[in-house]
Amino acid sequence: MISLQALTLAIHGTPILSDVSLDIPQGQIFGLVGESGSGKSMTALALMQLLPSGSAVGGHVLVDDTDVLTMTESEMCALRGNDIGMIFQEPMTALNPVQTIGDQVAETMLIHGKASKSEAAVIARKMLDRVGLPANKFPSSRYPHELSGGQRQRVCIAMAIALRPKLLIADEPTTALDVTTQAQILDLLRELVAEENMSLLLITHDLAVVAGMADHVAVMRRGELVEQGPTEQLFKTMTHPYTKQLFEASSHQPDRADDAQETPILEVKNAIREYVAPRTKLFHRPAPFRAVNDVSFTLMRGESLGLVGESGCGKSTLTRAILGLDPLQGGEIHLAGEPVLAGEHMPASLRQKVQIVFQDPYGSFNPRHKVQRLVMEPFHLTKAPENARNRVAKALETVGMKAEAMDRYIHEFSGGQRQRIAIARALILRPDLIVLDEAVSALDVSIRAQILDLLADLQTRLGLSYLFISHDLTVVRAITDRVLVMQTGQIVEQGQTEQVFTAPKHPYTQQLLNAAPQIPDDWLETKHA
Amino acid sequence: MKLPIQLISGIILTSIFIAAVALSFVWTPHDVTILTIADKLQAPSEKYWLGTDHFGRDMLSMLMVGARTSIAVAIVAVGIGIGVGVPLGLMAAANRGSLLDEVIMRGNDLIFAFPSLVIAILITAVFGPSALNAILAIGIFNIPVFARVTRGAALSVWTLDYILAARTCGKRALRISVEHILPNIANLLIVQGTIQFSLGILAEAGLSYVGLGAQPPTPSWGRMLADAQTYIYNDPRLAFLPGIAIVMMVLGLNLMGDGLRDLLDPRIRRER
Repeated sequence: MISLQALTLAIHGTPILSDVSLDIPQGQIFGLVGESGSGKSMTALALMQLLPSGSAVGGHVLVDDTDVLTMTESEMCALRGNDIGMIFQEPMTALNPVQTIGDQVAETMLIHGKASKSEAAVIARKMLDRVGLPANKFPSSRYPHELSGGQRQRVCIAMAIALRPKLLIADEPTTALDVTTQAQILDLLRELVAEENMSLLLITHDLAVVAGMADHVAVMRRGELVEQGPTEQLFKTMTHPYTKQLFEASSHQPDRADDAQETPILEVKNAIREYVAPRTKLFHRPAPFRAVNDVSFTLMRGESLGLVGESGCGKSTLTRAILGLDPLQGGEIHLAGEPVLAGEHMPASLRQKVQIVFQDPYGSFNPRHKVQRLVMEPFHLTKAPENARNRVAKALETVGMKAEAMDRYIHEFSGGQRQRIAIARALILRPDLIVLDEAVSALDVSIRAQILDLLADLQTRLGLSYLFISHDLTVVRAITDRVLVMQTGQIVEQGQTEQVFTAPKHPYTQQLLNAAPQIPDDWLETKHA
Repeated sequence: MKLPIQLISGIILTSIFIAAVALSFVWTPHDVTILTIADKLQAPSEKYWLGTDHFGRDMLSMLMVGARTSIAVAIVAVGIGIGVGVPLGLMAAANRGSLLDEVIMRGNDLIFAFPSLVIAILITAVFGPSALNAILAIGIFNIPVFARVTRGAALSVWTLDYILAARTCGKRALRISVEHILPNIANLLIVQGTIQFSLGILAEAGLSYVGLGAQPPTPSWGRMLADAQTYIYNDPRLAFLPGIAIVMMVLGLNLMGDGLRDLLDPRIRRER
């Protein structure tokens, strides 16, 4: 039994958590839901006593009736890993790249002096088997770079449960993973909790994930628990307005008018994009890797087309070809009737018809330029007009930002604001087509709902066409007219969005839709009524 | 806006040396070209503020005049390194994996394979020993250092989304390199520059020591240090004074480099 009692936390005087009280019973899953900055990760770190310097903690954190807040650092070291295990969001960086997976799992046991070196290796092997990495396919001598994201997350789980802790903390364990991988990892966690009789503190921003996993849910906002209770009851009643707001935002449906016209803006015909594969033998040239294989589709003016697929399916490669950044090895792409050519062969007049918005609101701007210069960048194609500054101000106002923003640096803005600025940059040349490459995936649900509204509104007002690329099926369903499903470089299914979502034909589409976590329908009936 | 404390102390230290160099062109306490053997190895006094060396030359005057050679050699050598190495590194990064990239980087490896001393001997064999040749030798040695640092840092910037955004705006590699890559790797280059500067001063000392750098009677910190080694037991002051000068100069430049890096980064500047 793990119990937080009136936990408060301030870092350098700034209050982070106030009066957080919760109980995690043995053998149960406790879901902690909240948006970024709500303090959910800090709660976990307070439990582990891994807080940043300058932290002042109050209240009690009881692990089996001992208050960890009174323990010394060396006592905590004995506790961490032994009684409490933790897994993190990013499996790509949570493992040491120069150590084998077997050694990393064994390390926990060696540190705690629970096993000799050879015993630890045996137990590590068992743990890897346990998390679904069998010895014949994944020997302990593998290195992290030889594994996929989902497999690495399995190794992290093996490390965390090696000593059979009482509590496992999973901080956004599946956020960085594909839907189908996410489903597998969640299944594994559920199974482990049931079989090992440990408790799981599942921290996530995704209501659908907790709905399918947790016995108990607590909703956190600005360092406070606004509501908590048994999962089903909480979803059915939702007494606190913030919980409702969060729920509505996550299934938000922007108002959209169907303005698709009959003239195509983008035509992709039998597009093929190949990469040179690395040589394995000195004199043998390997067959090229085909990232995009015979892809054809048409996007009409004013239409919004979804492109769904998991990482590595060729979505991004296709995008780069459409933007005229990489050449095709076969087939052709026409934008507004003109052929798209790669690199410098593409005329500026054509280039200005298509713009892009990226996923990462942090990486898509040069941190050394002010917003005005960032938004003005596309004017490189047309030569900046005399009233460039006014145009920037207007573009910023179109996306709901104040014109004063242009004299500030990008790091002064939040993720949602940055994404608005990115849209302003895409709009400044008044393009016909905007490619939205996972444009809302990195945002919190409430911010995401706002950006989706903005996109829908812009489409009606400016007659834009969208190519909306995403791995998030709910978002695609909310914002697109038609959808393409892509798997290993090929389009396996396409059709009207609602039709594909309600009656998927291709097995891969069915698999994707089944894997997506969902809140059970009968939990929601009370609210729709 | 508040300036960072390192920057201020760095600027103060560096400007003391620059002021001393400037002053040495118009006035020094004594003439360093005149040897007064009678006054050799004197302790600091009212006449000789820092004492005299084994030829009876005033140490303060020697330090002031020597600073000229040392600083000039190091600055020009770093300048050559940045001026040639950075564009080469940017070019290699912009054309990653191409033949040009290979040619540039393997060429750098070739230069790396020869220590600056060997290059200096080579140049001296052709043109004869002088401070200019020391500059050339150290400068050539700096080129691959900067090319490598630039390429490595530039490659990671090239993968970022804002580069892709710039490319969709039809910007070419040269424009992107200058506008987006260079400002974002400048902090690395500034730090590397100050490190190379201190190495330059040391390399000049090394070259002068074996007689390939500044020729007598031109004083340089390196030559003073080299000359002092014979007297290290009799009068360690002779080695300490140029040694301390080198340390303070390098320290001042490093502090200034750190401060400049912080000042030029809008993210860090805002947090202060």
